[in-house]
Amino acid sequence: MISQTFRILEVDLSSGRSTIRSIPGVATYIGGSGLAAKLHLDYARPELAWDDPAQPLIFTIGPLTGYFPLMSKTVCAFTSPLHGQYAESHAGGRSALALRFAGLDALVIIGRSERPTVLHLGANIIELMDAGYLWGKDALATGKLLRSILKGSGHRTIMRIGAAGENKSAMACINVDTYRHFGRLGGGGVMGAKHLKAIVVEGNNSLEQPEGKEYPALYKDICRRLTDTDMMRKYHNLGTASNLEALNELKALPWRNLQATSDPGIEGITGERFADDTLLRNAACAGCPVGCIHIGFVREKFHRDNRYIYRQVGYDYEPIFATGSMLGLTQAPEVLTVMDEVEKAGLDVMSGGVALAWATEALEKGVVTTEQTGIDLRFGDVQGYLKAVHLLAGAENEFWKILAMGTMAAANHYGGADFACVLGQEMAGYATGEVFYVAQSLGLRHSHLDTGAYSYDQSSAPKDVDKALAFLLEDERDRVILTSMVACLFARKVYDPETLRQCLTVLGGTDLAENLEEAGTFLQKLRWQARAAGGFDPMAVKIPKRFMEVSTWKGQADPEYMESLRLAYARAIVEMSRREE
Amino acid sequence: MDRCIGCHSCSLACARVVHKCLSWENAGIRILSSGGLSTGFLAKVCLACNPAPCAAACPTGSLKQRKGGGVSQLKKLCIQCGKCVAACPVDAIAQDRQNRPYVCIQCGNCVEFCPHDCLEMVEVEA
Repeated sequence: MISQTFRILEVDLSSGRSTIRSIPGVATYIGGSGLAAKLHLDYARPELAWDDPAQPLIFTIGPLTGYFPLMSKTVCAFTSPLHGQYAESHAGGRSALALRFAGLDALVIIGRSERPTVLHLGANIIELMDAGYLWGKDALATGKLLRSILKGSGHRTIMRIGAAGENKSAMACINVDTYRHFGRLGGGGVMGAKHLKAIVVEGNNSLEQPEGKEYPALYKDICRRLTDTDMMRKYHNLGTASNLEALNELKALPWRNLQATSDPGIEGITGERFADDTLLRNAACAGCPVGCIHIGFVREKFHRDNRYIYRQVGYDYEPIFATGSMLGLTQAPEVLTVMDEVEKAGLDVMSGGVALAWATEALEKGVVTTEQTGIDLRFGDVQGYLKAVHLLAGAENEFWKILAMGTMAAANHYGGADFACVLGQEMAGYATGEVFYVAQSLGLRHSHLDTGAYSYDQSSAPKDVDKALAFLLEDERDRVILTSMVACLFARKVYDPETLRQCLTVLGGTDLAENLEEAGTFLQKLRWQARAAGGFDPMAVKIPKRFMEVSTWKGQADPEYMESLRLAYARAIVEMSRREE
Repeated sequence: MDRCIGCHSCSLACARVVHKCLSWENAGIRILSSGGLSTGFLAKVCLACNPAPCAAACPTGSLKQRKGGGVSQLKKLCIQCGKCVAACPVDAIAQDRQNRPYVCIQCGNCVEFCPHDCLEMVEVEA
């Protein structure tokens, strides 16, 4: 049921004390992205470094979380180690329902523990456990150990970090329930800076639901729309991996650090190839009947007497792009093996893959030397990458330490900025053209999910700055509403504004239902204000030369169109960032 | 159940439709991983014992043997003693923080919400 106030747990790792706060404004801040931006504005200290103990690590869910299918995501917000400003990263798994059934709308963690710690929460649990014995353990081993140490199997989330997080890497993710991640912008590094190895949330309470038949009927109708139609087939059939062949065909799939956009090597890493040769089974986030998680397997002979181990690796389009085509790896089992090491190391797979691709080209061009890297890397050579993943996560020497703070940080130090595939952060796998390059560079999360710009590039839309800008602004606002609920964006076609209003109304959130459009517009601005508070200057954002050099199905990017759109979107962001008195 | 993807749709449906609450725990069927997500999923659900040890253990007749196996439940007779929970050999009866028991009553409401057809409603001879 929707309340007028948010129930927020604030945990101070320095003092070991916690506070439950009740904050009004559900009809204004909604939850999820909106609530995260508000809490970051309230708690963050822009004058201090990102890793100062005072900086908050925030997790929020939304008013529809758990009440409707695919309302299954959590927003994690923090001050990013990459840019020192407001950042959001989203993940599913069991995180959202665990927070819901722990009775929380948001969790805010401040302070820094003296020793490595596990934070264990539930509806009637708040405890900090010493975790010295877990520090140094990889993300998978940490999950396994915590599963056996704490009770609550099936109805909890285990969010933890690996070496990358412990080393405060800007590419460190937070691994969630083994196959999901708060991937981007370095949330894992924030946990590392707080000496927080893991957060375990038990969803051990139940909640009221509306009386009468209206709510179960609406649930059933939405569930039917999500599962009975072909709408979700893409996600549960081949999954997002189906994009590989399509984008390669279009000449929009980044290969070998975006030196090419298409390659015959695609044969070995298509969605079909992964499904036919490696797909073991599917899994789902809690509360989602679609089950888009694809788990592949790879076996490895470790002894000549036919002794094998096997690994189960969650795959998707983005991880395959980042550890496959971007690194010139064209065999599905090799790609899964690299992904598995990335998973253990607790690296964001996209940032990690793109960083290693840059390092490979930098070595090829002599921008850096093997003396500096301590290893030779060549596109297509899996053995080098299996080692390099751990050098990067472990920040093993000066080179890897600098690269761990971002590919552009390394390029600024060593040279090679022209071929650093960085659009705000390491690129997502869409070499689709001008609108995407601008959208990721300037997008609030520097994510391919901020807007559907990659689809816009693939449409027949004319090169019209005003039209493209209108699309970006409108799509961003619509998505802010969804990520404040917090919906999985795969369900965006089902959760249109009218359906959202019905869902909110049936749960007693009439005020919010009536204020939905206004709240969306307000929160779109609020998030930019949170970003601006950290000093974001959209006018200064640059798009590296590599994006102008590469050819897609449309030919090379049009620099004039891209620059005009970049300036227009940047000006719009400056405008949205203004705080009204 | 080998097809289970761990979406908890069945538990959520049982709680929503039968027990009128939002929960993944207060339900006659509960899903957990069989030892971590990498090992697949298990359902904790009534095996329709006949005779049912939970009904035999219930001191008030809140749980009653159904013909053909399993039990029916009269919630107003329950004194939250937990005897049924202890008696169940497969841990299929959940208990909430107020010690109220949740057991499958063989109603089949969960079946239509399972996206992978793991669940099936079968008529048995009483």
